[in-house]
Amino acid sequence: MLYLNIMIAGLLTGAVYGLMALGLSVIFGVTRIVNFAHGEMMVLAMYAAYVINQQLGIDPLLALPLITAALFCLGYGLQRGLINRYIARPDHEQFLLLLAIAILITASLLMGFGPDARNVQLDYAYDSYQLGALLFDKVRVFAALGAIAGAAALWGFFRFTRLGKAIRACADNHIGAQVVGLDVKRLYAITFGLGAACVGAAGCLLLLLVDVQPYIASDYTLLAFIIVILGGLGSMPGALLGGLLVGVSEALSGFIIVPSFKSAFSYALLILVLLVRPQGLLGRRA
Amino acid sequence: MSGRARDSAGLGVTPRAAVALAIFVLLMAVAPFFVSNYVLSVLVVVLFAAYFGQAWNLLMGIAGQLSLGHALYVGLGAYASAVLFVRFDLPPWLGMLVGMALAALVGSLIAALSFRFSVTGVYFALLTIAFAEFTRVLFDHFGWVGATSGLFLPVANLAHDDLLFLRGSTAMFYYCLLVLTLGALALSRYLLHRRIGYYWQAIREDQDAAQALGIDVFRYKVAAMALSAAMTALGGAFVAFYNNNLYPDTVFAVGQSIEIITAPIIGGLGTLFGPILGAFVLTTLGEAMTSLSGIFGIDGLKQWFYGAVLLAIVALQPAGLWPWLRARLGLDETRR
Repeated sequence: MLYLNIMIAGLLTGAVYGLMALGLSVIFGVTRIVNFAHGEMMVLAMYAAYVINQQLGIDPLLALPLITAALFCLGYGLQRGLINRYIARPDHEQFLLLLAIAILITASLLMGFGPDARNVQLDYAYDSYQLGALLFDKVRVFAALGAIAGAAALWGFFRFTRLGKAIRACADNHIGAQVVGLDVKRLYAITFGLGAACVGAAGCLLLLLVDVQPYIASDYTLLAFIIVILGGLGSMPGALLGGLLVGVSEALSGFIIVPSFKSAFSYALLILVLLVRPQGLLGRRA
Repeated sequence: MSGRARDSAGLGVTPRAAVALAIFVLLMAVAPFFVSNYVLSVLVVVLFAAYFGQAWNLLMGIAGQLSLGHALYVGLGAYASAVLFVRFDLPPWLGMLVGMALAALVGSLIAALSFRFSVTGVYFALLTIAFAEFTRVLFDHFGWVGATSGLFLPVANLAHDDLLFLRGSTAMFYYCLLVLTLGALALSRYLLHRRIGYYWQAIREDQDAAQALGIDVFRYKVAAMALSAAMTALGGAFVAFYNNNLYPDTVFAVGQSIEIITAPIIGGLGTLFGPILGAFVLTTLGEAMTSLSGIFGIDGLKQWFYGAVLLAIVALQPAGLWPWLRARLGLDETRR
């Protein structure tokens, strides 16, 4: 029963990981840009939620829409002003560009807040729901529900709106999309904005669960990579599945072995998947 | 091929470039007699960056394979030589050979696994990070080599430098690294104009075309990885003996891998002198930023500066500084 409860906690955290990874997957699936600043953008959102909480006493869950919108604008602006110029450049130049952005974000946070870990104090932080012998931490339930709502909204957007369909057309056939008169650069910017909005929301939700400090950003970037590669780069259900898998595997290995060993587990999982099924669990071969 | 016509020494180097190189080597050789201890220690850091940059540049700049996990080989070289010294009193030169062999083995294994399963490009880069991080966490829990609390090398207060056991002054390490760096430069220069160098460049430019021409792409890519890994491990041994301490979280860190690749990129990927120039520019400016952030008491200024320099290079001079400087100095590499 203890194991089951640990798995539940892992699953609920994993849903937030899934939303974070979804952003990376959407950006890559459409623009073929690998966002090496993904974790950094999320930590930026976490600090934004932290500051709002400290200054105005607003719960990160309530600040979420605002921060999500702000991250959308940031992502949109970055793609429009900078990254769009690198679409046709070699892989390593794109990588360097995003690495530079990542370093700048982390260093700016370090200058602004210092290296200490910060967290928000919530009065419901230790409450939990009980269902028979199963325990559900209240914060984790809120975070997971928020993540699932975010993922569903994104799915609905791509499935039903004209804009979403246009973006999918871009992803399927870049030249074809240009031929039929779609403004690909603008659509790319919107896509990057949406990917950033995902981490904006995920950051607010994750702040309920963990402390934030500037240096963890690159860990989250790597975690997002592990998840999307597990699930399949470009596959939306894959990102969510990968998030849940990593959440559970982290929780279990942290409990059974030692917490500091949990990332080794995720990396081993990544290595295994890359070697045996490089397109990921739910991905299609390009 | 105008360079070949003016080639007097028969080494494929124009007289002008040969003179420039000679002046550079001479200046570097006499530097320890004229500079302060602090400047010398900064120059050691420059040479570390230049050497690691050259090792990585062979793989990425010449063979076109992007590894983001070279910290793995630094760590293997460092730990192999340090453990053999601390536990068995073996001289580091023996440990270096062990470390190089180990790194070459691990490097070819990673390369063979990924290229066999056609994991290339971005996926290959991520796989190299994954292996490096996996090893870092492994060493974090490896009690025999000190785990997270680190491995320490006994410091002996010697009147003179002990080259056999690499115990001695900053100047000794400076000359060791200068020899390594110039050796790596010569090796890169040599390989670039051998069959294997042309194969690597063919693979870098167009792998499918290289394959179609009958080049054993798999074999040469694995060879590039093995050589680059072994060279990196050799430098790693000096990292261990220069710092006298080893922590998995610094030597295997992603940050270490990033620092390794920054200098050659700033200097110019695939160029011979780029990694050295990049190391000078990056380290000296980085050092200035460190002292500035000390004066103003701001954390993160150095990192911010790294990011800004990277951004500027990618935006303004993606080919790196060396091709630009080379044209200004009127030097010409014959491969152009």
